[in-house]
Amino acid sequence: MFKLRLLAILALLISHNAQAELRATGDLGLVIERAKGSALIINTTEYTTLAKIESLGDLSHASVVFSRDQRFAFVFGRDGGLSKIDLLQDKIAKRIIQAGNSIGGAISQDGQYIAVSNYKPGGVKVFSTETLELVADIAAEYGDKQLSKVVGLVDAPNHQFVFSLFDAGEIWSVNIKNPKKPVITKYKEIGKQPYDALLTPDGRYYIAGLFGERGLALLDLWNPELGVKRILPDYGKDDEKLPVYKMPHLEGWAVAGDFMLIPAVGQHEVLVIDKRQWTLVKRIPVVGQPVFVMARPDARQVWVNFAFPDNQNLQIIDTKNLAVVNSLTPGKAVLHMEFTPRGEHVWVSVRDDNQLVVYDTETFKELKRLPAEKPSGIFFSARAHKMGL
Amino acid sequence: MKYLIVALVFFSSAITAEPDQQRQQELRNMLAHDCGSCHGLTLKGGLGPSLLVDALENKPDAFLVHTILQGRKGTAMPPWKPFMTEQEALWLVQKLLKSPKL
Repeated sequence: MFKLRLLAILALLISHNAQAELRATGDLGLVIERAKGSALIINTTEYTTLAKIESLGDLSHASVVFSRDQRFAFVFGRDGGLSKIDLLQDKIAKRIIQAGNSIGGAISQDGQYIAVSNYKPGGVKVFSTETLELVADIAAEYGDKQLSKVVGLVDAPNHQFVFSLFDAGEIWSVNIKNPKKPVITKYKEIGKQPYDALLTPDGRYYIAGLFGERGLALLDLWNPELGVKRILPDYGKDDEKLPVYKMPHLEGWAVAGDFMLIPAVGQHEVLVIDKRQWTLVKRIPVVGQPVFVMARPDARQVWVNFAFPDNQNLQIIDTKNLAVVNSLTPGKAVLHMEFTPRGEHVWVSVRDDNQLVVYDTETFKELKRLPAEKPSGIFFSARAHKMGL
Repeated sequence: MKYLIVALVFFSSAITAEPDQQRQQELRNMLAHDCGSCHGLTLKGGLGPSLLVDALENKPDAFLVHTILQGRKGTAMPPWKPFMTEQEALWLVQKLLKSPKL
């Protein structure tokens, strides 16, 4: 009898305990608080903040990737910090400083490796996801033993990482199937100052935006032997180039059917490219220099935010007509947007108002505002299963 | 003596032109977050070069003010003239040269 009662109590304790600890991570996200070096773990179903993770270093321009089991978030800080956050336990599982000045990162196709792109020393370092131990160190050497800043690092199929060398004007792909012997392929003279890049959602095309000259550099990963070709070499060449107060980002590449939408550089336009021939089909006027041009997961809408001094705005393009259908003003300094996995909501960070705003993408109605300290990037765990993010 | 007068005039104009408290706050915010989007939140450099004391101290004030207001051709540095006066740019330069803490 005593034994039975003990068992019952034990069972109750265990089930109670389990209930308190159970947490799924598929609808969670991480919001970067850039000024404080902290990040919020948020729940996108309940619109709640679950925890605040502190001591993540300099998080200006921080970005995040997720482990394929969606338990861990890897935060890339500007100061070269690489932090592994446990979304189940609300804590830093491991943190290293891997370089002096860093810009972003990617996780490998198989989830085994994390790659970080660095400004100083210029190059890419590859770490084990499990231990954060260094497994490969690739110096971005060019010219007379100079090191280039590395930008636009993405993961690609067949165990590859692909990235661009800002100072060298090169694109490199690295196969890390055997991380002890990474196989590097270099594409030279791809254009001046590639500033960011992206991978199409199908993993086929890697495209780098150029700051130093017109157009974009395109690498077809199905036909790498054809090399890098320039697309849109002439766009806007007769127009006056407007000042750019914040560099556009190419992550969140917007593909809608045969069309692809990207931010223009130095023009207040979103460019529509036909990706069958890589020709410019339309220039959609918008209110400022676009920074992020991001497609809702079904690609029916594309949401656009802007550089200073127009960064209080958001504009929405309907991809059916390729025209702006709505404009919103969420607040002062709109930095980033992230769609829920199937796109019914979008979360927006408003830095100078210290807020996150959630919109219904069908009605454009504001659903919720949550406090956050100088929020910048918003990253949902659904990214775990998307190539190039 | 002439130099002293010039220096005094320059110095006093810099003092009298100091932005008010609210504007200082706006400029500090602009420096950390808008300049910081290229030069880094701690201004130690990113896509743009470092703005820390050791990187700037050998450059003349006038050159730095000109760079802020007019931008630098051939680089990603845009002109900030539409958003601040010359006195405010000079205030920022003096701020940057004095201490890394804003």
